[in-house]
Amino acid sequence: MSGSKSPSRLFEPALVREALRESLIKLNPVSMVRNPVMFTVWIGTVVMIVVCCAIALTGTTGQGTLGYNLLITGLLLLTLLFANFAEAIAEARGKAQANSLRKTREETPAKKIPAIGNWSADAIQMVPSSALQKGDLFVCEAGDIIPTDGEIVAGLATIDESAITGESAPVIRESGGDKSSVTGGTKVLSDRIEVRVTSSPGESFLDKMIALVEGAARQKTPNEIALTILLAGFTLVFIIVTITLKPFADYANAPITIASLISLFVCLIPTTIGGLLSAIGIAGMDRALRANVITKSGKAVETAGDIDVLLLDKTGTITIGNRKATHFWPANGIPEADLIRAAALSSIADDTPEGKSIVELASQNGTHHWQLDDQTIRYSENGVERARYDRQDVTFQRFTAETRTSGINMPALSIRKGATDAIRRLTEKAGHPFPAETGTRVQAISGNGGTPLVVAQNDRVLGVVELQDIIKPGISERFERLRKMGIKTVMVTGDNPLTAKFISEKAGVDDFIAEAKPEDKMNYIRNEQSEGRLVAMMGDGTNDAPALAQADVGVAMNSGTQAAKEAGNMVDLDNDPTKLIEVVEIGKQLLMTRGTLTTFSIANDVAKYFAIIPALFITSIPSLQALNVMRLHSPESAILSAVIFNALIIPMLIPLALKGVAYKPVGAGALLRRNLLIYGLGGILIPFIGIKLIDLLVGLFF
Amino acid sequence: MFVLTLLLSVPLGRYMARVYAGERTWLDPVLGPLDRLLYRIGGVRPQEEQTWQQQLKALLTINLIWFLLGMFLLLNQGWLPLNPDGNPGQTADQAFNTAVSFLVNCNLQHYSGESGVSYLSQLYLMFLQFVTAATGMAAAVTVFYALRKGIHTTLGNFYVFFTRSITRILLPLCLVVATILLFNGTPMTFKGKQPMVTVQGDTTMVSTGPVAAFVPIKHLGTNGGGFFGANSAHPLENVNYITNMTQMVAQMLIPFALIFALGYFLKKRKMAWVIWGVMTVGFLLLTIPTMITEMKGNPAITAMGVDPALGAMEGKEVRFGTPASAYWSIATTVISTGSVNAMHDSFMPLSGLNMMLAMMVNCFYGGCGVGILNYFVFIILAVFISGLMVGRTPELLGKKVEAKEMKIAMIVALLHPLLILAGTALAAALPSQTASTLANPGFHGFSEMLYEYTSSAANNGSGFEGLGDNTIWWNISTGLVLILSRYLPIIGPVAIAGILARKKYIPESAGTLRTDTATFGFMVFAVILIVAALAFFPALTLGPVAEQFAH
Repeated sequence: MSGSKSPSRLFEPALVREALRESLIKLNPVSMVRNPVMFTVWIGTVVMIVVCCAIALTGTTGQGTLGYNLLITGLLLLTLLFANFAEAIAEARGKAQANSLRKTREETPAKKIPAIGNWSADAIQMVPSSALQKGDLFVCEAGDIIPTDGEIVAGLATIDESAITGESAPVIRESGGDKSSVTGGTKVLSDRIEVRVTSSPGESFLDKMIALVEGAARQKTPNEIALTILLAGFTLVFIIVTITLKPFADYANAPITIASLISLFVCLIPTTIGGLLSAIGIAGMDRALRANVITKSGKAVETAGDIDVLLLDKTGTITIGNRKATHFWPANGIPEADLIRAAALSSIADDTPEGKSIVELASQNGTHHWQLDDQTIRYSENGVERARYDRQDVTFQRFTAETRTSGINMPALSIRKGATDAIRRLTEKAGHPFPAETGTRVQAISGNGGTPLVVAQNDRVLGVVELQDIIKPGISERFERLRKMGIKTVMVTGDNPLTAKFISEKAGVDDFIAEAKPEDKMNYIRNEQSEGRLVAMMGDGTNDAPALAQADVGVAMNSGTQAAKEAGNMVDLDNDPTKLIEVVEIGKQLLMTRGTLTTFSIANDVAKYFAIIPALFITSIPSLQALNVMRLHSPESAILSAVIFNALIIPMLIPLALKGVAYKPVGAGALLRRNLLIYGLGGILIPFIGIKLIDLLVGLFF
Repeated sequence: MFVLTLLLSVPLGRYMARVYAGERTWLDPVLGPLDRLLYRIGGVRPQEEQTWQQQLKALLTINLIWFLLGMFLLLNQGWLPLNPDGNPGQTADQAFNTAVSFLVNCNLQHYSGESGVSYLSQLYLMFLQFVTAATGMAAAVTVFYALRKGIHTTLGNFYVFFTRSITRILLPLCLVVATILLFNGTPMTFKGKQPMVTVQGDTTMVSTGPVAAFVPIKHLGTNGGGFFGANSAHPLENVNYITNMTQMVAQMLIPFALIFALGYFLKKRKMAWVIWGVMTVGFLLLTIPTMITEMKGNPAITAMGVDPALGAMEGKEVRFGTPASAYWSIATTVISTGSVNAMHDSFMPLSGLNMMLAMMVNCFYGGCGVGILNYFVFIILAVFISGLMVGRTPELLGKKVEAKEMKIAMIVALLHPLLILAGTALAAALPSQTASTLANPGFHGFSEMLYEYTSSAANNGSGFEGLGDNTIWWNISTGLVLILSRYLPIIGPVAIAGILARKKYIPESAGTLRTDTATFGFMVFAVILIVAALAFFPALTLGPVAEQFAH
């Protein structure tokens, strides 16, 4: 992962400077009005400035001293600045993260191919990457930095994607397949590719993401809107409370100053969550980016927290890479050595992972050696050569979808390995029976989650090779964790149902789709959605695109086709299929952070009431001293302490808002109890302590 | 009394769930034909399901008709029949207030039953007490229907819920209660005032009337509009301890039973018990301190040399005693009954505080149907906050709670403090209209005004008294508060439920927040406390709190 490239400290000095400047700019009422809670504070501040001016000009003392009023005004302004700073620092961090990803690709020279006519090497123009338009073709050769995102139209190349993914091992990208996509900023290590540009400058996913983080294009997510309504509602309640308090107080002959009323109001409205709300949302996207996932909207992150069903590809997610040969099972009367030799010969030219693993197993811990070169195939035991075949006499039979077998033809020897039914057809056609014990073994291997490959020599069955999937260590714990979150995991595999069932049980997956075709995924998703569940999936191929679009959260691998990336609502730069799990946790964290800080903010009101209400009336109604449970020094110091606490709590909670509340999969009830205890009870107690401490200090002056 | 109510309400709740679900009940053979007759007269097709908008339209339309009819009767009762005492017609503003307040289950009663209304009007008011209770119950049932599993656009038929509430639930129960009252000497007559020889030997004219018919629905329907001005403190309206108990149980019965009906109807009995538990905790937190305070006696009177053994007896009836009166005072305020068996004005300031808090919260049991609706709004708010805290976008019973529902819930939650505080603020700012009507100056006078608006906004109808409330100012301002605070809190929750009902149903998983746990109950309680109670803290400080500490 590329965490090291990003500002890992919460408050990078450069970012803080930028955020400080931004927080002043954000005082502009046009941008303030987006946040109703803080906008009312803004209005309160303006009123206080007018009051201060009036006192300064007329010299009346009915509203308290000028110094006290100025102090309140200053504190309100500080509250606003803190809230703006929270948003600005979150934006700055997000932008910095995105920029560090983008930097590599800026102003890279590109070898553009003119659009008209047949091209030749001479016709290549050197242009800056920013001049490339969507649909343009360019060429990359070994050593070139790929100037922008695109799709390979011709050629194959090994590419170093470490600049984006942090993974140093080079990857192969070629035209046509599901791995035809290249990312700007990555480096071609070998060969030559022709690439078509898939996005205009400023429209790549990263550009879109940066725009999302910045204020202008950022849309409020549905949940953010609903929460804003709740907070606006609370604000309205307290507007009513404070405005009506004025006539009540006058009636009780306990007049209240404007400064006190506004202080009461600002302390009661949920400024804490109001000030941090947008920062929490941005930080959610930022955390996704830190996990190398580009989100195309804030809503996608939020939805990720609600996911009920995860569709996971077996290969790469649940199992490590590919199947491996683990056993040779000879048929009755066949020496094991014969089976091993036949299996190895049939696989020696087979460069599939399965074929390679058969040869590896046949080498029997390196004592037996199989070697293929341009002229010969040689076989040696403990360094002593036992057999040698001339390549001239040998033809290799590649695997095809029709025969479903592969093998080797030598003089008087034809070896085939393949799926059970294909070999059975082959041998029975030649009049040889299919050995019963091999049939049983095949059943046993399938039931065990393995894949059987039957080996036949001259149309007679020699035995069967067992291939097994290796389940990733620790994956079943992750599924257990997901289950505790209430998320159902579904394994998608091309394996037969028997194998799929075994692996899914072994890995602890809740369900599986066997012999999966792309439309099966689509149907499964539709089916779950019709029952009201939210589904997330990851995919790379063009044929995944419809399912990615259908899923509520579709994560496309960056190596995947452009179609897949357009269809999904997130792109994973690491091409890591387990990333889905992280994305879900990021979504949950985002929602939890909102919930807990809302609770905290509202719970704070209890203490603030007990600080301010007695202070408002003590002068006129001394008996209310009994309500002053914190024994605050004086009315002025009580009000100041409450306002100071209210302002300070915002920057103190910025780290929590940016990092998010830790998610623990312990079930909804336990989680609610835990968060209620910490943020609810804590929210009631902390301000009592905080305000008292501040009062001890402020009390020295007022 | 409390245990008895609970024991009666659980089976009643099960019966009500069956009634509303349209299942067969043992009263079907008797009342089935009556229902069908009523449907035929009203032109109602009982099988036809309505959307929530259609239901609300029906609800508001018939309420408007009843209001106009009520205005007509009250204005013209002087020459209309059944007026043996020759009581005159009401003034326009008083008739407006009376008609509205009976229609909205408040029964503020800025008049005295003996002299203010004729028997015909009393009978019509009795009718209103039936329909207003049934209206609230029908609206609650609409919400029940909306919360069923699955996706629904239509939510049953309002007229059916309404009719069944009256014929299957209110009428039979009223007959039972009326019988008990009659056996204990509550009058039931259409003759005018009766002569009576007092202890001193003088002959006075005592008002009577069809009291035994009037009183049961007053309590069962959580209405609280007394036949006589002194309400259930009147010796003919509330004869002895047995009638006191009967009335007490009757007023809490349906609010209890509706909660259990919800549980049976949705097959979520645990959720019903949690709701009931939260409400009960709230109720006890208000009742117990009140009873203790009242039983201790008034230190000011004790200082005068009166034995405080009976508690603070000022304004209370000797035949009920202090504890029963204190219990009643909170029961009648948490539930929107508002009938009184003692004078709330004379209670200790802390008890007054508790009564006002009870009405400010207005959802610890609450009125017929509307109590649950108010509680439903708080559930929505609590679900939203706690849903977020467990890392999911909030959902209630499998339905996502989103911006639109939050908006409505917030408006309803806002309305209550707005009406109470703004009303009181206006009254406090306009001493020319109000100061002369207050019996007490200072904090207590402030409490009287605050109580009046709280009682109106909670559709409660009890009076702190000590307030000369039959003036144009009070009649009109509280009348307006009544209308707003009745219909918006019905429209809001029904609309939320209706919107939720149309949403996709999300099956429960381990990550789903369950709404039937004690933790969630606590969460709702905390939300109620902070939203409903804390908003009134400054106002209460200047009223009963200041009065308490001033002593």
